[in-house]
Amino acid sequence: MLQDPALELRARDIGRALRCVVCQNQSIDDSNAEVARDMRRAVRERLSAGDDDRAVFAYMVARYGDYVLLKPPFKAGTWVLWLGGPLVLLIAGAALLIAARRRRQVPLAPLQPLSEEEQRRLDALLKP
Amino acid sequence: MIPELGHFALILALAVALVQGTLPLLGAARGDIRLMDLGRTAALTQALLVIVAFGALTQAYVTSDFSVANVVANSHSAKPMLYKISGVWGNHEGSMLLWALILALFGAAVALFGAGLPDTLRSRVLAIQALIGVGFLAFLLFTSNPFERVAPAPLDGNGLNPLLQDPGLAFHPPLLYLGYVGFSVTYAFAIAALLEGRVDAAWARWVRPWTLAAWCFLTLGIGLGSWWAYYILGWGGFWFWDPVENASLMPWLAGTALLHSAIVVEKRDALKSWTVLLAILAFSLSLLGTFLVRSGVLTSVHAFAQDPARGMFILGFLLFVTGGGLALYAWRAPQLQGGGLFQPISREGALILNNLLLCTLAATVLLGTLYPLFLDLLTGNKVSVGPPFFNATFVPICAPLFAALCVGPYLGWKRAELWPALLRLRVAFIAAVIAAIVAATAIDGRATLAALAFGFGVWLILGSLSEFGQRLVRTGFRLPPRASLGMTIAHAAMGVVVLGAVGTGAWNSELMQTMKPGDRASFHGFDVKLERVESLNGPNYVAERATLLLSAGGKSYTVLQPERRLFTVQRRQVAETAIHTNLLRDLYATLGEGDAGNGWVIRLYYNPLAPWIWLGAALAALGGFVSLSDRRLRIGAPQGGKRARTRPAVQAAE
Repeated sequence: MLQDPALELRARDIGRALRCVVCQNQSIDDSNAEVARDMRRAVRERLSAGDDDRAVFAYMVARYGDYVLLKPPFKAGTWVLWLGGPLVLLIAGAALLIAARRRRQVPLAPLQPLSEEEQRRLDALLKP
Repeated sequence: MIPELGHFALILALAVALVQGTLPLLGAARGDIRLMDLGRTAALTQALLVIVAFGALTQAYVTSDFSVANVVANSHSAKPMLYKISGVWGNHEGSMLLWALILALFGAAVALFGAGLPDTLRSRVLAIQALIGVGFLAFLLFTSNPFERVAPAPLDGNGLNPLLQDPGLAFHPPLLYLGYVGFSVTYAFAIAALLEGRVDAAWARWVRPWTLAAWCFLTLGIGLGSWWAYYILGWGGFWFWDPVENASLMPWLAGTALLHSAIVVEKRDALKSWTVLLAILAFSLSLLGTFLVRSGVLTSVHAFAQDPARGMFILGFLLFVTGGGLALYAWRAPQLQGGGLFQPISREGALILNNLLLCTLAATVLLGTLYPLFLDLLTGNKVSVGPPFFNATFVPICAPLFAALCVGPYLGWKRAELWPALLRLRVAFIAAVIAAIVAATAIDGRATLAALAFGFGVWLILGSLSEFGQRLVRTGFRLPPRASLGMTIAHAAMGVVVLGAVGTGAWNSELMQTMKPGDRASFHGFDVKLERVESLNGPNYVAERATLLLSAGGKSYTVLQPERRLFTVQRRQVAETAIHTNLLRDLYATLGEGDAGNGWVIRLYYNPLAPWIWLGAALAALGGFVSLSDRRLRIGAPQGGKRARTRPAVQAAE
């Protein structure tokens, strides 16, 4: 805990975006693990030393790797992850538009007349 | 003796399922009514056998029969009866048996209520159901036998994971599985339709109630799970974007899309092949969810590789179900001709937009959940995908989805005008803007996005209610059909969930303080005093309990008693939070580490609108059930004389 409430608020926000490296899907802010406590302390030390948020994240990444960021950075290995959702939306949306346009251009196929066999069965059914 | 009977019943069930999965298919292809009718008898027999097996395992748990390995590993004689019973499905083998049980029960339900279905369709549906059953029964028997014995039997068991010893979690898995497995019926209907080569309004009329029922149970299951996480995990959150949660969210999203596109098939005879595809995807995602949770792949890719038998089996089964389904789809779907034409701006158009966005959401969650696994497997690089990622990718897509949700019901089928629909929404819209402005100025000036989302929530509720009101006025105050009443409830419920999520997520506040008995703190206008911390003994745990007195303006307001329980058998600590709710906000307290010398760490949370999240989930499910009770959707209740109508048709075919 830091004395300065504004700085503490920043520390909490940063803590929520950093992963506790030994836990399953917990941020260091939520975790009770020993490592998380050390990491929380490290974040506060960096902030007290006058680092901005970016520098704190850079410091943590330098020590623990990208793994520590709960929001993965956008780079060569992760562009599929970031753009996958929007790509699905774009491709599916485009496919829908094309299908709609094509459907408007092609008139409905003319109804096929009944074959003789079908006509006979229909007559048989309709006969009282 | 009884466990052996259960084991034997399970083996017989597998044999019956094999028969049920093959002969009726043959009968449907050949037009042989005797083979087709076999499906019904087999479905009922299979259900009976799995009930016997499940009953045998339950008996072993209830009587604490410690000669059964599964009971030893997951139960203890000192456990309360509720958790002895819920322990049956609180472990790998038992939960798979529950899967098989629900699957067999659904199959029996199709057999019982499906008298009105065309014979070929019914026998094919039952056969596909049975083939899924074969997969699960074989999985149980060959890799996860719940009836294995140990000799000599130990004196007592290891007990159930303390986190699971909770009423909320006792009912969470059955509800979730009712949802997952419910989609197996829709899947079976989709595959049967592809085999038959036809999808029509009657088909959709059958598929919709099953989808709706599965959806309701899944909604309840997810809501219950989220509620449990909220009060047991002890840090006030309600959704953690944990892979296990995502696993249940994906089928929910696909199921919601399926629910809506099935309406279009039923009412307008369009979107057929899309609906079939969604039915395949919804069940595949349910299976994927089971695979993710059950194979241990989430803990670590390497844990999965160390004990691969189970994981490989489910993975293979998943590939068979999904791959087989999709291959059949690619082959046969082009034959499914859509009938109804419509303009882009119409009820159909809005529902397509809904489907598009819901599927994008499902894809986003799928990517976020599986990407770290694949990256680790392929390159050895580790990345974490956590809440900040999903907030950045998932939430923005919700905005257009909610807009479509609000406007859609105002649009007519086939072709409609956007502007008049928006005009009819103006009162709700103005109210929403006011709500957003009030939220931005009065509650929290910094959280602009939260204020916007809050406005959206208000718009969703008022928009749904005003559509209902205008319909009432138009029809001279005759109650609309239950299906549309259900829609109003479920749509408004989404707004309730949004308000709850925004309130809890953005406007909560928290106090963490080390306190000794007699210490005071001030929190949100309340004066908090730690009265005492005492130890007490539960049935199978010892606990420390803090008593916090909250008073406002000198008057005592409430007492919160959070506990920290140490389960003696497993030596595990679990926080028992104390929550005071007035339905508009929760006061939430947890007791952390500490002792008399240094004081205890007390955490207090103030969570505005938190109860609305689960209220909303319950309301959504209620809406689904109301809709399900609509006469037109009632399963097996077509216009009378169903037997009389089907029999002559069969004779004509022979």
